Amino acid sequence: MSLISILILFPLLTSFLIFLVRKENVRNAIVLVGGFITAILTVITVVQYFKDGIALSFQNEEVIDIVIVVVEVIMATYIITMGIKNKKYLVSIFAAIQTPLILWFEFTQKKGIDVQSSIVFDKLSGIMVLIVGIIGSLICIYAVGYMKWYHIHHDSYPKRKSFFFAVLFLFLSAMFGLVLSNNLMWIYFCWEITSFCSYLLIGYTKTTEAKNNSFRALTINVGGGLAFAIAIVMIGVNYNTLELSTLIAMKPESMVLIPVFLLCIAALTKSAQLPFSSWLLGAMVAPTPSSALLHSATMVKAGVYLIIRLAPLLGTTSVGRVVTLVGGVTFLACSLTAIAQSDAKKILAYSTIANLGLIVMCASIGTPESIWAAIMLVIFHSISKSLLFLSVGSIEHQLGSRDVENMDILMHVSQKLTIYMLIGIAGMFLAPFGMLISKWAAMKAFIDSNNILIVIILAYGSAATLFYWTKWMGKLVANANVKKITKHKFHIEEEVPISIQAVLVISACLGFPLISEFAIIPYLSHAFGTESLTIISSSNATLMLVMLSMLLLLPISFIPLHKNDKRRIAPIYMGGENTGDNVTFNAAMGVKRDVELRNWYLKDYFGNHKMALLSNIIALTILCVGVLLLILGVAK
Amino acid sequence: MFILRIFLIIVLAPILGGLLTGLDRIISARLQGRKGPPLLQPFYDVLKLIGKESIEVNTFHRFYVYISLIFIIFTTVIMLLGGDILLAIFVLTLGSIFFVLGGYASNSPYSVIGSERELLMMMAYEPMVLIIGASLYYASGSFFIKDIVSESIPAIVYLPGVFLGLVFILLFKLRKAPFDLSMSHHAHQEIVQGITTEYSGRDLAVIQISHWYETIIALTLVYLFFATNAPISKVWAISACSIVFLFETVIGNACARLKWQVALKSTWIITGILGVINLVVLSFFK
Repeated sequence: MSLISILILFPLLTSFLIFLVRKENVRNAIVLVGGFITAILTVITVVQYFKDGIALSFQNEEVIDIVIVVVEVIMATYIITMGIKNKKYLVSIFAAIQTPLILWFEFTQKKGIDVQSSIVFDKLSGIMVLIVGIIGSLICIYAVGYMKWYHIHHDSYPKRKSFFFAVLFLFLSAMFGLVLSNNLMWIYFCWEITSFCSYLLIGYTKTTEAKNNSFRALTINVGGGLAFAIAIVMIGVNYNTLELSTLIAMKPESMVLIPVFLLCIAALTKSAQLPFSSWLLGAMVAPTPSSALLHSATMVKAGVYLIIRLAPLLGTTSVGRVVTLVGGVTFLACSLTAIAQSDAKKILAYSTIANLGLIVMCASIGTPESIWAAIMLVIFHSISKSLLFLSVGSIEHQLGSRDVENMDILMHVSQKLTIYMLIGIAGMFLAPFGMLISKWAAMKAFIDSNNILIVIILAYGSAATLFYWTKWMGKLVANANVKKITKHKFHIEEEVPISIQAVLVISACLGFPLISEFAIIPYLSHAFGTESLTIISSSNATLMLVMLSMLLLLPISFIPLHKNDKRRIAPIYMGGENTGDNVTFNAAMGVKRDVELRNWYLKDYFGNHKMALLSNIIALTILCVGVLLLILGVAK
Repeated sequence: MFILRIFLIIVLAPILGGLLTGLDRIISARLQGRKGPPLLQPFYDVLKLIGKESIEVNTFHRFYVYISLIFIIFTTVIMLLGGDILLAIFVLTLGSIFFVLGGYASNSPYSVIGSERELLMMMAYEPMVLIIGASLYYASGSFFIKDIVSESIPAIVYLPGVFLGLVFILLFKLRKAPFDLSMSHHAHQEIVQGITTEYSGRDLAVIQISHWYETIIALTLVYLFFATNAPISKVWAISACSIVFLFETVIGNACARLKWQVALKSTWIITGILGVINLVVLSFFK
């Protein structure tokens, strides 16, 4: 059995095992060990195959195909019955169309199609495997600590921890399968499994809200799956192939572009781009580790992964333009909407959608530089976003709230969490951290490919990004006075993954020239046949590294200074009415009033439904134009 | 030699910036019918501030202004050594963000309002700043300032709209009315001294010095639009800088402070119109 099969099957087995074990301590131990082994396996696999890559095929692929079909039918039956039972008929309809379609294709059309290699491990899959394996297993380990107190805070929810951990591991297994498969049928199968897992995770608490949101997620993603299924049938029937690599190597003519467009629709639903983004916002009701998993290592990254794969077919084609514009609208609209949010998880959710929009933009431009930026964004976004989600999860436990307005006392409650949060936020938008490096390359790629509109969108979106992150940082550094702090236990299973991820954020930034040199550029020169690609010149890279080390060293150099400093600490200025404790002031009639400092949310501008509706309509219009172009056959 | 150049930039830039600030105060005074302070007044102010006792509201907030200063100096060095303009913009943004965080860190009502306003102003002018970087690259084919200033045709020929946008946002950067929302040199502002309310002594001096560097950075951006490989163009570029500086001072004295709503909307609309039209027209000639 090859290492790759073990990598895919191990989380699956762990998942079954966890599901069967009901004893809390034993199960926690299995999750910890399982997560650890998954991470180790990931590293071993990548070390083994990274240099040369590998393409595999199996002798008994018919058996695997039969298993896949059986699982698909069971899953479809479940979805259809649950849809009817809960009066969500749309999802039942989607499932009732696509599964027979796939069955028909499997048993009548697929006979003559020969799949050379079902599994392909190249540099891009290597990067994705690392993200899924390392970030994903860290999130699973974190979940052990998180779930310890989750049901104490929320005692009305039914305890289904075995189920929860089992789905987390199943998710990892499906993601491994998705990024390693080259056989479109297998990718589609894993694609459906991830949709189904996210449905299970979102519905974890079984409240009405959770139920509705999980069905929304399922409906949208199964809708995307339907597009995927149609694309497979079209490719299989017209071109007699089922391999992703063969599809990518084709010429972008209009008969190829229709299935490519359908695959892009599937990717856009999975990556929660407008107008399909509502499911990811609804996914917040789930416990934080599952949000972290959906937002960083799995699920949404599957969509952009597919677009990055398809990038050679996009570029200047009409499909490429349409996808770029949808990404652009999503990036701008969600960056602006994030300004109006004060719920930490909501800000993170909008920022995820916005950044995925940016990745979609970069990938669909289709030049080597822009794909470089897209892959970099995927890497940095995964690490930083997962760090942020896990930190917010623990902060919610410490403060009893995840409202950014309440985080001004975090410095007193937990300095560690404050620092992790600051690192995560810095990683999302600040020079010299990762996301900015990619944005920089993206800017260059957009101008080089003459996409003026996209440059302007990037400029405005970045300005909005800067606003909402900085005001959050402002709350974190505010260091407000508190009278009484109740400290909660910060479990070691929470702390270790968070600190590892904080280290990962910084080391990814320090190591970005290496990632570029040894992983992304070889992938691009293989995919595009271009040699010697310089994205960020070495002198600039050096300057960035100098800045990063400055940022890391600065706090240290300041510490000894202020110990024997003769500076006087005075009360803050409140127009002369500070009562002296910095918390209250003398208001009219001699009443003591509390000082409340709030951030700006500009709700009149960015928080209204009008903007959300408008951006959804624009995105939908762009997609419709794309459909029209393809139907009329003008597209090239 | 390289070290010496960096050293000279670090020393000379604030001196020039300080002189310009002094000049600015004299011109402002004349516009208001006063005689005004001596040219070297900003230096006297800073020297006096350095000698004063520092009074703080907590032990954290002063670090941010020092870090901010370091990154602003870094920007100045990158720009004047002919480095990458986008990198310079990003570093400058980092410096400005630290300055804003300093306001938040004091946790004082007036400072926090100042910080919110400063941040809003950053959001207002940031798109134009990025478009300036992008369009200079679009026009000259390089992000490096040393390449941009050695083209044969000045960037202003390609980018008149973007240049107007730059002149507009320099009102923010130079902290001039109508956009001096977050802090003001003038007394009796509605939010006292805004972001700088809780700073005194040496920390306040550092803020003044940062502003001198920022003045130089702002005028360097103007310079980029005029300089070419012809030596005479340097004269034109420097005169353009002087005219823009004078213009900003006059506008600063002729306007009342605007509300933040107007500041944000007007800047975004002007950026959109000037940036889009200019770049679209340019893309036709490319």
